[in-house]
Amino acid sequence: MASYLLKRILAMVITLWFVITITFFLMHAIPGGPFSSEKQLPDEVLEALNEKYHLNDPLYKQYFDYLGGVMTFDFGPSFKRVGISVNDLIYSGFPVSAKVGGMSILVIILMGIPIGIISALKQNSPTDYFVTIMATIGVAVPNFVIATVIIYIFSSRLGILPSHGLTSWVHYLGPVVSLSGFSLAFVARLTRSSMLEVMQQDYIRTARAKGLDEGVVIFKHALKNALIPVVTYMGPMIAAILTGSFVIERIFAIPGMGKYFVESVGNRDYTVIMGITIFYALFAIVMILIVDIIYGLIDPRIKFSD
Amino acid sequence: MNKPLLEVKNMKTSFYTHVGEVQAVRGVDFHIQPGEALGIVGESGSGKSVTAMSIMGLLQYPGRVKEGEVFFKDENLLKKSQREMMSVRGNQIAMIFQDPMTSLNPVYTVGNQIVEAIVRHQKTSKKEAREKAVEMLRLVGIPSPERRIDNYPHEFSGGMRQRAMIAIALSCEPSLLIADEPTTALDVTIQAQILELIKELREKLDTSVILITHDLGVVADVCSRVIVMYGGLIMEEGEGGDIFYRPSHPYTVGLLKSVPRMDKAEKQRLIPIPGTPPDLVKPPKGCPFAARCPHTMKICLEEMPAYTQISKTHRAACWLLDKEKSERGGE
Ligand SMILES: Nc1ncnc2c1ncn2[C@@H]1O[C@H](COP(=O)(O)OP(=O)(O)O)[C@@H](O)[C@H]1O
Ligand SMILES: [Mg+2]
Repeated sequence: MASYLLKRILAMVITLWFVITITFFLMHAIPGGPFSSEKQLPDEVLEALNEKYHLNDPLYKQYFDYLGGVMTFDFGPSFKRVGISVNDLIYSGFPVSAKVGGMSILVIILMGIPIGIISALKQNSPTDYFVTIMATIGVAVPNFVIATVIIYIFSSRLGILPSHGLTSWVHYLGPVVSLSGFSLAFVARLTRSSMLEVMQQDYIRTARAKGLDEGVVIFKHALKNALIPVVTYMGPMIAAILTGSFVIERIFAIPGMGKYFVESVGNRDYTVIMGITIFYALFAIVMILIVDIIYGLIDPRIKFSD
Repeated sequence: MNKPLLEVKNMKTSFYTHVGEVQAVRGVDFHIQPGEALGIVGESGSGKSVTAMSIMGLLQYPGRVKEGEVFFKDENLLKKSQREMMSVRGNQIAMIFQDPMTSLNPVYTVGNQIVEAIVRHQKTSKKEAREKAVEMLRLVGIPSPERRIDNYPHEFSGGMRQRAMIAIALSCEPSLLIADEPTTALDVTIQAQILELIKELREKLDTSVILITHDLGVVADVCSRVIVMYGGLIMEEGEGGDIFYRPSHPYTVGLLKSVPRMDKAEKQRLIPIPGTPPDLVKPPKGCPFAARCPHTMKICLEEMPAYTQISKTHRAACWLLDKEKSERGGE
């Protein structure tokens, strides 16, 4: 287990290094600099800015400086927000995204899995058809459409939900529903199909032949096997949701990571773009590692040895 | 003759599918005595497994026993509720299946899967159940069972998994063990070991055994009585000697020609029975084997023959045995 973790962490470092390098050089390959924007700045001001942010250094030096910064978890200053560092933006944005995201994940797990199980156990019943249809819609409709519809109906028309901000618990309803919609539907469908497949397995027949209660057959023998593919999907999903959805945070005006990210792209705020991208990557990689460990705990056939 | 342990009377089981009613079992009668080993043989698709699942109350939708009775210790199992059947299954009647590779749950240890059966049916503590599980693993010939009990199924070989299945099945000392093709998925040498184990444990524990197989060679060694099934019906029934040395039904004769015989030293040609089993959605009006039988007469296609009692222990359903009728109906 220890050597497995060591190997995984080494692989993570290498992956991250790739992400950093590619992001860095892509950003620098884009024509124009962070300050070559709409209104033309006087040459001396531009020169001073370039000097201040070391943009006149040779590229390889900038690269190694940046790499050194990232290694100490310092993503440098924002080019566009004076006096604010990328770290500041992450510290202020991530907790907000994580809170909305965390609630969405809870909703996805606590509702998606039970709905999938019920649907599978009542296969071809009206309940099952209803779930299947809802899940298909949930997977097909993009989250910004859900968000827009919620704002239109519940905020503009009925006036019962706030349309922006996060000051009370009702503020969370819209973003959480929009953010969890797709994955909730996906997890319900995945659980359903996985459960149906597992219920056909020989070991389920063995469990019944032992005279076990149907509850034990389902919740002990079937569920643990059925959750294996669900857990696999959960890793990248959790990373994506916890780090926020750019669009949803924009629509509900939530000051999360996604909002800063979208703004930074519009502003050519290079360090923020790079910093947040790398932070996302790091987060996703760690989540996938955690899921792989959980996966191994559920399925004894997976070995951590090498 | 003492009372049978299990008596199946005119049992019919169908699957109600979208293509129609699949009449998998079309009226079977048989019984098994306490301590006896009964073989059920027949080609794949003849209704052996469905017969077993019907007795166990394990038929899944859309299958249903539509007629008949299954008396076990004087009680009709078909009249019992699912809940009542749960305390019969695994406790009084246990079952093992064809594929030991898939019959154990991959995410729980072998020990866990034995212990849960014991705890389910017997008033014992977890600790006593575990001791019993170790004892069962030792009984079925798993080396160092104290250690092996905590292994997962994938850490066992195929033969060992089937041994573990037998350990689970026998852990509550059932009076009847139904083994459905227990050796079909195993290597030949392992097959012999598992059969030997079943034989040995049957004698030791005095358990009745129904051994289901498509391989006549397998039953020869273990069973004293044999039922030959085809198209959801019993074609012939008799003691080992009746079936192996005095087969009376052309289907049994065909089956015998299609399996290698251990008692014949010279090399023999194995002759499979030509043709395929009948469509069970529209089963033939006459004998189901008529389409493939080398002796088919006109009457065979029209009417199912009644059983002819050849001796006290031996009966078969074939027009060839019904002298009077076959002479009238024959060409
Ligand atoms: N779930 C099912 N749905 C429809 N038909 C079935 C089902 N299970 C078994 N059958 C049919 O019942 C017949 C007998 O099957 P089975 O008892 O499994 O044969 P075997 O003698 O090989 O064990 C076969 O023709 C099979 O197609
Ligand atoms: Mg079968």
